[in-house]
Amino acid sequence: MSEIPILSILIFIPVVGIFFMLLIRNNDDQSSQNLKHTALWITFLNFIISLSLLFSFDLNNPDFQFVEKYAWIESGISYHLGIDGVSILFVILTTMLVPICILASYESIKFSVKEYLISFLALETFMIGVFCSLDLVLFYLFFEGGLIPMFLIIGIWGGERRVYSTFKFFLYTLAGSVFMLLAIIYIFISTGTTDVETLLLYNFTTNEQLILWIAFFTSFMVKIPMWPFHTWLPDAHVEAPTAGSVILAGVLLKMAGYGFIRFSIGFFPDASEFFAPFIFSLSVIAIIVTSLIALVQEDMKKLIAYSSVAHMGFVTLGIFTFTVQGIEGGIIQMISHGIVSAALFLCVGVVYDRLHTREIARYGGLVSKMPFYSFSFMIFILASLGLPGTSGFVGEFLVLLSIFTVNTYFAIFATTGVVLAATYSLWLYRRIIFGALIKDDLSEMFDLTRREIIIFLPLIILTIFIGLYPKPIINIIEPSTEKIVNQIKMKLD
Amino acid sequence: MQSLVYILPEIFLFIVATVLLVTGLFLKNIKLINLIAIFSLLVTVILILNQPFQSAFLNSFVVDEFSLVLKVMILIGSIASLIMFVSSKDDLNINIYEFPILIIFSTIGMMVMVSANDLLAMFIGLELQSLSLYVLAALNRNSLLSSEAGIKYFILGALSSGLLLFGISYIYGFSGNTNFNLIAVNINPESLGLIIGIVFVLAGLAFKVSAVPFHMWTPDVYQGAPTPITGFFALAPKIAAMGLLVRFLFNSFSEIYIDWQQIIFFISIASMMLAAFAAIAQTNLKRLMAYSSIGHIGYSLIGVASFTDEGLRSLLIYLMIYLIMNIAVFAFLLSLKRNDGYFENISDLSGMHKNHPLRTMLIALIMFSLAGIPPLAGFFGKFYIFVAAIESEMLFLAIIGVMASVISAFYYLRIVKIMYFDEPREEFDGSSIKSLNLLYYPSSILIIIFFIYPSPVINISEYAIQSII
Repeated sequence: MSEIPILSILIFIPVVGIFFMLLIRNNDDQSSQNLKHTALWITFLNFIISLSLLFSFDLNNPDFQFVEKYAWIESGISYHLGIDGVSILFVILTTMLVPICILASYESIKFSVKEYLISFLALETFMIGVFCSLDLVLFYLFFEGGLIPMFLIIGIWGGERRVYSTFKFFLYTLAGSVFMLLAIIYIFISTGTTDVETLLLYNFTTNEQLILWIAFFTSFMVKIPMWPFHTWLPDAHVEAPTAGSVILAGVLLKMAGYGFIRFSIGFFPDASEFFAPFIFSLSVIAIIVTSLIALVQEDMKKLIAYSSVAHMGFVTLGIFTFTVQGIEGGIIQMISHGIVSAALFLCVGVVYDRLHTREIARYGGLVSKMPFYSFSFMIFILASLGLPGTSGFVGEFLVLLSIFTVNTYFAIFATTGVVLAATYSLWLYRRIIFGALIKDDLSEMFDLTRREIIIFLPLIILTIFIGLYPKPIINIIEPSTEKIVNQIKMKLD
Repeated sequence: MQSLVYILPEIFLFIVATVLLVTGLFLKNIKLINLIAIFSLLVTVILILNQPFQSAFLNSFVVDEFSLVLKVMILIGSIASLIMFVSSKDDLNINIYEFPILIIFSTIGMMVMVSANDLLAMFIGLELQSLSLYVLAALNRNSLLSSEAGIKYFILGALSSGLLLFGISYIYGFSGNTNFNLIAVNINPESLGLIIGIVFVLAGLAFKVSAVPFHMWTPDVYQGAPTPITGFFALAPKIAAMGLLVRFLFNSFSEIYIDWQQIIFFISIASMMLAAFAAIAQTNLKRLMAYSSIGHIGYSLIGVASFTDEGLRSLLIYLMIYLIMNIAVFAFLLSLKRNDGYFENISDLSGMHKNHPLRTMLIALIMFSLAGIPPLAGFFGKFYIFVAAIESEMLFLAIIGVMASVISAFYYLRIVKIMYFDEPREEFDGSSIKSLNLLYYPSSILIIIFFIYPSPVINISEYAIQSII
């Protein structure tokens, strides 16, 4: 293994960046422009470094790689980092989305630029940390720490009802997470360690598993979010600035899905098996109910937010089948959703920057004024509804395949979700892009600028690439997923 | 005679205070007096660090690891409030040379408290501390609120001292001793009188740490007293009283811990919950901090209630982090000054991040830390407290604790909200707060970077508790 502590570097480059940013003055347009450039370069550098992970990553090794372990708080709680096939893609997704977010904020953020960028850099640190940490306390630290910058991002640069939304976001997630903290402490006391690698081999008694599973579930359920605890998400999305929505949908929701894979089913297989029908029911309800809710939304962001809940329903369905396809499907679905929903929020951001409204009824017939925009929007809409050939299809297909092998009824209900997704997505697209351009204020709309094209291009390429040729992605995920599934099988027997 | 050597730091401080009291009459330079006071407190820290561990006066006054750590913490609190005093004395109308002297007397009282191993020594320390605090609370003679605070604190404090003394007499009557160790030896677990005694003493001590249901004075006194003194109230006396409580319960009544554990259990829950709800409605920052401190005392009492090494250790970790956070908060409060005076309403903070970005960012982080959000230091304090609670199988206490911390997150967030999301007002002064920066920046940076290397605090706490268990 390489000697360079590459994960720590990834985590702490944004922190170093924050110090730089603190030194740059911020009193006129020129300096705030400098700040944005600096932040962009820092996060881009981080992205490049994270790509080097891909090259030195050993595809045949299902274990944790790039491991770093130092004594931290006391014996049993250490600073332990490492990634495997499950987490590496999330790290790269994070480092990719953050520069895009900063680029997307170039025009839309007008005041307190310095604080804004510092919040984003801090958020990046926490997000990468979540996916890299192999210690529960460290994980909790990063998992909860992300609340602080996100609270500020929604609260300061958000829309009209930003205060309500950000409080709701913060208190909901905090209330969910504190029970996970108690569970972590219980694990620490009863096993003497919070080291993930050790705990994956540890066998909890069935009673312990049930309680601990519920505690972890409370936290992840709120974060992912699952019906009926999803109500904070539409509010947070609607009020957050574009980049905030992007990061919220793109990465923050995935932290919970990752937590399900790594901790819930890894530590507590018996409890997971016991609760699997419960999860399936909640997921299927989420898929159908939130899709129906999405159909009647007047607000673009709200529509996409509800569709996120439905998509995350597929993720939980896949994960709790305990099959290789299911978990792989869940991961690919998360990656794809991370790209696609982020891109959709960016699409909303583009027209919002021009017209300052997200009301669907205010738009119509944009195709004649904004052809490039309509094209990219179409690709993401199609990916979102899971058209074959786009990234959305691969994940959904694998998930549905796996759920069919486990339980046909749930599979049938889940499949109706795909139809509903097509309905609300295409209808949204029709109302915004097609039709006659009759509204006066739309005549001023101009097509994508160069900056916006730069933002969308990598996302379009990735969406289609993963859709047409998912093999490289599956190659990365497969060994670790197989290992997880085997471990569960072994523990269950 | 040998015994006198063991109380050298106390004697030294006493001499300094008396000399200052006399010379202060002629020496009109308050700044100089304050500087001497700070300097002598620093000297006391050195004296304490070099003291041999011994017990003096027939084992009624002990110098051990526990008292050493707590005394240093108390002295840090006293020094911090003297620095706050010097930066604000002219504007707050408390330009009185007795201020540093009273602080020193009170500090001596607290040092006696944490070393006390005897009911009488405990009472002497407590009274010396309290009497100075009564005067300090009422120091601003022209302010109605300050006088009210002083009177209120005095009357309720006298009542609590009465309760305490009543309890002491019971304990003495039913055990025949006043020394903590001798009480422990001669304890009769069946004796009901002893329990009554413990209840009364605990009532008196709960008043001093401002735990519910003996907290009524706290918001009024916090609000009424001049801010440097409020800071002192929040920093030092709580730590001293908590140390005293621990020694009293652990040294003499460890055998019947089942009996007092439930009392602590109750006041801990009551403090956490009441503070979490009551603080939501506050509009005055100092009142809010009063409720916040009630809540924090509730958390640290979990450490006492668990009655384990882990619990004691978590208590000390919590108190240390609490001390640092409060230094930052009160230094911040004192920096809220415009030429026409000080501001202490929450709404005055409105939009201040526009004019004071760095200061606001740090205080926002302190607020998150008070709410116990990782990765800030406040989280680690709570983490260890909950470890202790779960380890001694008090899951209920832990669940109430986390729920209270979610509720209390709301009012801390409200401060952040007002500072960041609301419309900005006029700028605050920047010039007069140079000495406050000395407190503000180091303490807030300590809070932020605590997670990188938390071991020193943990090691110090482990060092401190070895003499109690």
